[in-house]
Amino acid sequence: MHNRNLIYDGTFDGFLSTVFYVFEQQIDAVTIQSESDVQHGLFSENETIITDEKKANRVWKGLKNKVSKFGHYQLYYAFLSEQAGVENLLLDFIKYVFSTDLKVDKDFSHPSVLKIAQIAKMVGREKHRMEAFVRFRLTKDVIYFASIEPDFNVLPLISKHFKRRYADQKWLIYDIKRQYGLFYDLQKVDIIAMEFPSNFDFTKTNVDYFDQQEFEFQKLWQDYFKSTNIESRKNMKLHIRHVPKRYWKYLSEKQPY
Amino acid sequence: MSFERTQEKLKILADAAKYDVSCSSSGSQRTNKNKGLGDATGMGICHSYTEDGRCVSLLKILLTNYCIFDCAYCVTRKSNDIKRAAFKVQEVVDLTINFYRRNYIEGLFLSSGIFKSADYTMERLVAVAKKLRLEENFNGYIHLKSIPGASDELMREAGLYADRLSVNIEIPTTSGLKKLAPDKKREDFIKPMVKVKNEIIQYKSERKIIKNTPKYAPAGQSTQMIIGASGENDFQIMQTSNHFYNTYNLKRVYYSGYVPISYDDRLPQIGSAVPMMRENRLYQTDWLMRFYGFDVSEILNAKHQHLDLDVDPKLSWALRNLHEFPVDVNTADKRMLARIPGLGMKSVYKILNARRFRRLNWEHLKKIGIALNRAQYFMICDSNQFERRDLSPEKIKGLILQNSTSKYSKSLSNQLSLFG
Repeated sequence: MHNRNLIYDGTFDGFLSTVFYVFEQQIDAVTIQSESDVQHGLFSENETIITDEKKANRVWKGLKNKVSKFGHYQLYYAFLSEQAGVENLLLDFIKYVFSTDLKVDKDFSHPSVLKIAQIAKMVGREKHRMEAFVRFRLTKDVIYFASIEPDFNVLPLISKHFKRRYADQKWLIYDIKRQYGLFYDLQKVDIIAMEFPSNFDFTKTNVDYFDQQEFEFQKLWQDYFKSTNIESRKNMKLHIRHVPKRYWKYLSEKQPY
Repeated sequence: MSFERTQEKLKILADAAKYDVSCSSSGSQRTNKNKGLGDATGMGICHSYTEDGRCVSLLKILLTNYCIFDCAYCVTRKSNDIKRAAFKVQEVVDLTINFYRRNYIEGLFLSSGIFKSADYTMERLVAVAKKLRLEENFNGYIHLKSIPGASDELMREAGLYADRLSVNIEIPTTSGLKKLAPDKKREDFIKPMVKVKNEIIQYKSERKIIKNTPKYAPAGQSTQMIIGASGENDFQIMQTSNHFYNTYNLKRVYYSGYVPISYDDRLPQIGSAVPMMRENRLYQTDWLMRFYGFDVSEILNAKHQHLDLDVDPKLSWALRNLHEFPVDVNTADKRMLARIPGLGMKSVYKILNARRFRRLNWEHLKKIGIALNRAQYFMICDSNQFERRDLSPEKIKGLILQNSTSKYSKSLSNQLSLFG
């Protein structure tokens, strides 16, 4: 039998619509791929699945009744990892969930369940890291601006946290890798696309764009960061484990003084 | 705010505050009201880590490092020849707000040297917190130091604005305190601690009747002890710790390896190593007490007054109690699972969930992520392969150490290479 290749648009709703299709058509041998990273199999046929919000919601609701709250959000977290092949792992998990009357989302002896839990944990860690490592810089337009480059697509997960916390300031968090951002205008958070000047360097605080005060507070923060360190306890290995080097370029305290 | 002045003060007063190890910013339930700034619900966040690997969660500073006391272990002691400085209330408020807005910090941890009197100092600390809450509508985390000897009225007020209050007992025994800090009395530390404890109890009971009772120190109180400055052994330290947890309902006791800062001959000399490994073992013991269901006397007692440095305290306990093992992971209760060396509470939770579906074997357990190197000698599972030899505790310890890179051996070999 041919392996069927289902292509979806990369959105979570698109993925769930594909799951709907797999169950509806009772397809056994299947590979689900996002249209952005399609690879053509030699002996497989490609089918494009059209995203259907209603079908997606039916799958999502159906899952809700079959798994714990924990298992439910784990699925979304794992999806946002954007890891190669995660769709098929999720499908395997979902098939297992619907194959039994038990609540199996905590069956950590099942390979797909354990793997999803592990991926979701990585995404959760990245989410938490972004809540910690976002560094706002005050622009001349009085917007607190931060740029990030997370390993996983965590912007949808951190929106609520920042909205609740910074209710009285305009802020913008921009994901350079995925080229979209969250903008809070004192009322609501919007997903936005942005154009930056071609010479715009995200790691530099340029006088043309940023408020004069910004430079002083960055200095004070760097001073604080240095003063609060205890030299005789120095432990760079531990330091790097907590703050991996790939995050350094957007941390104000790690910039040249 | 004059930038240069503030910059200089910040350097001095952050440097002086860094020996306080508490950095917790969790456990409060302060939500963002009226579209103000900040939110202190949910878990704490470490916004950065210093090069010594410690978390930076709060802006941790002293209001001033002028002090009328002369405690030998303290860097701000009266007789120490260092630069002194003092923040104005407004300066601390501005720093906190601006750091917070940039997502550098979760809030403020404000301590102080004692100038003039305990009450005079406590009043200033409270003034900062009050201003942040009432004028700036700040809902981030505030940790205030309770100044030993401060009046009950001030402690009452402090708890209305702060999320956490702490007073450091510093030296684990009364005799040690007398030797190193002759100006201070244990009673002075205890007094604000008792007041805060009673206020918290009262707040919790009133809240049951009146929902909008003003919050009182929702993240509780904590304390800190210096390790390795005054000769106490681990048994004495953990007994003191246990006493404080039980008597004053503390959220945390912190252990701070003494960093030599003085040529005073009552103390370890400058240049001697900070006892970091010992500090680590004490924290592990603290965790076993608070989360793993151990009684402190099982780990440290009159017969075993010192924690092993080469193995963790749970393994050390297991080796002394081999009659409790092996444990069958497919049938044992949570309490016994938590006692198997190499199993953390997260693994225990995963095992309890997973074994409802099938009997677990080594393969499952390995994937779940338990440290089999240690655990294998203390457990059996759905497999006919298990440790059959009748091994002595020394033999097991030897085998485990052989097959692992202990933190201990690493720090040991570092030291050896210094002379090598």
